[in-house]
Amino acid sequence: MDVKRRKFLKIAGLSAVAGLSVPSAFTNLLQGGEALASTAGRGAAEGSQQPAAGGHGGHGEEPTGVQYGMVIDIKKFAEHRGLAEQCVKACHTEHNVPDYGNPKDEIKWIWVDDYAHGFPESSQYKRNAALKDLPVLLTCNHCANPPCVRACPTQATFKNEVGVVVMDFHRCIGCRFCMAACPYGARSFNWRNPREQYANGNYKFYKNGINPNYPTRMRGVVEKCNFCPERLAVGKLPACVEAAGETKAMVFGNINDPNSEIAKVLNANFTIQRNPAAGTKPSVFYII
Amino acid sequence: MYDRGKVVTGLAIFVIIMTFPVWYNLGATQHVPKPDLPKDVKKCVGTSAYMRTSHMVVLNQWRDEVVREEKRKLVEVEGKQYVKSLQLGCMKCHPDRKKFCDECHTYTAVDPFCWDCHFQPKETK
Repeated sequence: MDVKRRKFLKIAGLSAVAGLSVPSAFTNLLQGGEALASTAGRGAAEGSQQPAAGGHGGHGEEPTGVQYGMVIDIKKFAEHRGLAEQCVKACHTEHNVPDYGNPKDEIKWIWVDDYAHGFPESSQYKRNAALKDLPVLLTCNHCANPPCVRACPTQATFKNEVGVVVMDFHRCIGCRFCMAACPYGARSFNWRNPREQYANGNYKFYKNGINPNYPTRMRGVVEKCNFCPERLAVGKLPACVEAAGETKAMVFGNINDPNSEIAKVLNANFTIQRNPAAGTKPSVFYII
Repeated sequence: MYDRGKVVTGLAIFVIIMTFPVWYNLGATQHVPKPDLPKDVKKCVGTSAYMRTSHMVVLNQWRDEVVREEKRKLVEVEGKQYVKSLQLGCMKCHPDRKKFCDECHTYTAVDPFCWDCHFQPKETK
């Protein structure tokens, strides 16, 4: 068959147009108007999500749902010297936290520091001397918008139904992204085996205490405060709050429930959070 | 065939060495695992057959339910309540890791890492 170049180009062009348009025409015919409606709907939904996404910053909408939180009254710790250390001891013995006596390998769930280190973003210029000496208890803030959860590649750390940022030690691969993401230094890495023993066979746990009902962790795992879910489950308060006891230096509860004790304390006092500008919405509040 | 004598003796020696583990253990009786079962409690949270093959599935489910989903409701079997926990549940009836867990784990050459973190009742006494 003798095909002229002109004819060949015509046929090739027509086939190309047909090849491109027929499949899309078919899909349109098969799905009918449905496809068009759903794409329009999707666009509308995206549009409506925009304001909510804007609320992730520090000044957005108030989060709802159960959110456990804590109020720490620094003045009470001034009245009861040594109480802060007792709270730390209660937590660390409860959870078999090792104490190597070495800041490089330190594991801490809750710890004592001074105001300047706890709140470095606030000005320390001409700060009253009394505040400078006060012990400030610092711990995981169980943020409403936790950066560590977003950083974790295995969902070993996640936000549970009651607003606690939980560590699932089983799932942690020790990548330490969460430690880099946390603006509060609330996470510690097990560089050493937490089951290390002294020559006499005692574990290197905090003050030699041991709680047989709580497991240890293993080397290569990140750990932090979990707000004692195992204690909450049996109707107890977190170990540190129980240690603070009647002094009411620490108040624990659901900050989103207007009838809870903590909500009333928050309503009655001027409180501050650690580094609120980070937009993490910390759930631990301080009365200064 | 060249060097028939050498080849055949070489093959014979090879076969003897390769099958050494088989005939060496022929006479010896095999150690059959006999996990130490609790005397007073007869019923576990699952049937014996299921627990034998799938206890690790139960443990993984319990772990996810307790740690991740806050479903800490106690498991009830014949009026007895058990905590969904290896340390505080299973080990209450099966307190000896060596006589219960390791009996089969050693036999089947599996090495679970439960005890890297969880305490056995004996360890803390």
